[in-house]
Formats: sequence, C-alpha cells, structure tokens
Amino acid sequence: MLARRIIPCLDCDLGVPGGRVVKGIEFKQIRYAGIPWELAGKYYQEGADEIVFLDITASHERRETMTGVIRETSRSVFVPLAVGGGISSVEQAREVFNAGADKITVNTSALKRPELISEIADLYGNQAVVLAIDAKRRYALEEGRNVVQTEQGPCWFECSFYGGRQFTGIDAISWARKAVSLGAGEILLTSMDRDGTYDGFDIPLTDAVATRVNVPVIASGGCASPDHMLEVFKKTEASAALAASIFHFGEYSIDSVKAYLKERGVNVRI
Amino acid sequence: MTIVIVDYGMGNLFSIYNALNYVGASPRIIRDPEDLKGADGIVVPGVGAFGSCMTQLSKFESSLLRSFQDGVPMLGICVGMQVLFEESEESPGAPGLGWISGKVVHLPEGVMIPQMGWNDLSIKRTVPMLDGISDGDMFYFVHSYYGLPKDKSVIAATTDYGTEVTAAVSKDNLFATQFHPEKSGAKGLRILENFVRSARC
Repeated sequence: MLARRIIPCLDCDLGVPGGRVVKGIEFKQIRYAGIPWELAGKYYQEGADEIVFLDITASHERRETMTGVIRETSRSVFVPLAVGGGISSVEQAREVFNAGADKITVNTSALKRPELISEIADLYGNQAVVLAIDAKRRYALEEGRNVVQTEQGPCWFECSFYGGRQFTGIDAISWARKAVSLGAGEILLTSMDRDGTYDGFDIPLTDAVATRVNVPVIASGGCASPDHMLEVFKKTEASAALAASIFHFGEYSIDSVKAYLKERGVNVRI
Repeated sequence: MTIVIVDYGMGNLFSIYNALNYVGASPRIIRDPEDLKGADGIVVPGVGAFGSCMTQLSKFESSLLRSFQDGVPMLGICVGMQVLFEESEESPGAPGLGWISGKVVHLPEGVMIPQMGWNDLSIKRTVPMLDGISDGDMFYFVHSYYGLPKDKSVIAATTDYGTEVTAAVSKDNLFATQFHPEKSGAKGLRILENFVRSARC
C-alpha cells in the first residue's frame, strides 16, 4: 500500500548569492530559515519523502541560482525533488530537470497558458508535472461555482496567482480537474486562508479536491503540529502533507512527526 | 572497476549517476555500444514508453546480450526492467529484449495511475542484491505498467498496488527493479552498494 508522504517545502529567496530559505506568513512577512541544500540534506536524513523547492523571487535571471541549488542538493539527497516558481516554458522546465529535478510545479504560468501543462507532460510524463493551486475561500456564492460546505458556511474557492498577490476569478476545483485532463500528475493544494496561520490544513478544501481528481493531492498551508498532519490524513484522501515552518524552526523533526503518525495508524515510511 | 550507465537518450541520468557516485562507484555514462567492453557492471535506466525505449536501445541490443552472457553484473531500473521482457501492453508489436519470458502489463483498474510514491516490498527470494533489505522496507515507484514473468521463480520481490506487482527480478547476473533505487533514500543506496560490490568481485 502506498505510504502517505511528508514533504518539507523550501521557499527560496534567490536574490542573494547561493539562495536562502525563507518563510512567509499569510503570503507576506518573511523570516530567514537557512541555506537551501543544507536544509534539504537535513530533511533527507530525517526521512523526508520528497522535497519541494519554490522560488519565491521567480525572476528569469535567478533561475540559474535555482538550478545551482538543485544540482548541489541532488549530489547527496536521494528522494524526489520538485521545483517551482516562475517556470513558464518547456525550455525553462528542461533546465531544471537537467539540474536534477524530478518534478516541476507550475502555477501562474499554467493559469495564463494552460497548454504549458501538456507541453511539459508530453515530454517528461504526467508524473513530472505538479499543478500548484493557491486557493482562497469565497463566501459570496456565484452561479457555476463548486460550492463546498465549511463550518463557516458554504463557500467556493478562488485561485490566486503571482504568489497570492492577484486573484483570477477561477474556481479552484474546476481548474484542478481541467489541469489533470491536460496532463498534471499531481496537485499541490495550498489554502491561502490557512497558510502561515498555524490553524491546521483546510480540511473541506483538501477533501473537495482530493475526491474530485484521480491524481495525488498534496495538502498545504496551515500545518503547525503533527496533529494537523494526522487530521488531514484521517479526514481526507490527501496523498501527502506539506509543511515548512514546523520543520524550519526546529519545532519538530520529520522523523518525530512520522513516528507520531505511525503510532496512530497512518501508513508512513519510517 | 568500471560501472557504466547506458545512455540511450531516454531521460535524465543525473540521479542514478549521482547515487552511484555517492556509493563510491565513479560511473561512466556511455552512448556507444563499444564502450560496454570491459565494463564490470552495467546499469540500464529508462523512462518513457516501452516502444520508444526499445527503438532507442536497439543499437545496444547485441552488445548488451553478449555482456549478459559473459556474466557481467547488470542492473535494470524502471522501464530498464520492463524492456527485459518479451513485449508490453504499452506498445503492442514492439519486441522487448526477451531475456525474461513473459510480458509487461498495465496496472489494474481501481487504483491511481501511475503508481507514484513509496510502497513496501514483500521479499520472495533471498538474493545478494537485496542484502540489507527487509520485508516492509519502502521504495519509490513511478510507473503504469509492470512485468509479469512466466517463470515466477525470477521474482525477487513484489509490492501490493491493487494486485501483486513485480517489484524486482533476479536472473543469473541480472537484477532489475521496477522502483527507483536512486530515489529511495538509504535503502535504495543500499541496493546500489550491493550492485557495486557484485561488480567488484
């Protein structure tokens, strides 16, 4: 049986030589966490099932810094590496794959030009294309939206892009389904309402997407404790849980989180 | 000792190169069948469709067979395992290497396709390549098809994904895995170490 995966996420600021890992709160405030490949190596040793690198600066000139980070990491880290942030063409994807990445995550560029998903999937396979969605709850219901029940009332979920700075008007659930039909092999689903809040994953959002697509869903946003991971695995079909701060700032190690989950009946790789 | 990785134009060899390097092998990536001569160990990776892999691999076919018959340790990974079979449902009409009788079939209905993630092994045979690996150890899989050998005794390990899926086969000097040892953490590196050790003998 496939294990539920625990994935640390490294938000990389590549505006400094070699890059650095930072963590934003509600997509805004920034805190310094460490050097990308050093953190990746530490998480690998602790039992991370996969590592996600997101270039939060996402500018063209800095892609070389990211490929440098991946090249360095892949010398000593032997689990899948996913890389995202500002990749908008097959050529750019190729640079990142050639540096040692196993998967590419796309968000803004795919919203602007959905064919990008098929273009990368045709060359590298669906499993190599992860669609990242930043979703925000909207309680003002509109016709044609996928409505989800929450404790705060019914809502739909709107996709944002440009790192949460702009909204698209696009329904996140519809977009997830469309992206899968175009060749996305996995959905990295971030709740903008929960990200950085430490309130736990958005369960209704995760459940709604995971039951409506036939590819793995990675739950993201809001994780502050092993209990939050337990909750998302018990209450939804999420294949993986992603977290940043709880690992970066020494609150929990990945192996301790996995031991906690295993004791409570979640199938994880120890 | 020379370990070679066969580069036949199907996918990224960066990870397997790095992993072999990490376990002390200093591998060489080769693109010419001539370079198989003198190799102490041969790695056949593979991604993409069975048919395109076989087309690209064809120029290596006779040299690889000679090395196999000469007893050179060989390691097939993912589609590099599937091509050892006679044929695949993925690419009807495209013949495989046929070193193992049987065919490559699609994963069953009712499970997510591809299988992508960590799954546990059930070990069927004690083989040197699985030295240090125990029942239940997890490895990283990414695939939609798997090999079904006629002679079940070549199966070294299986994994459960909607059905019993062949995870590793072993035949003489040949060992092959459906999972990716180069992406499977310390346990995967252990298998690569076992392979490097067999090449040293």
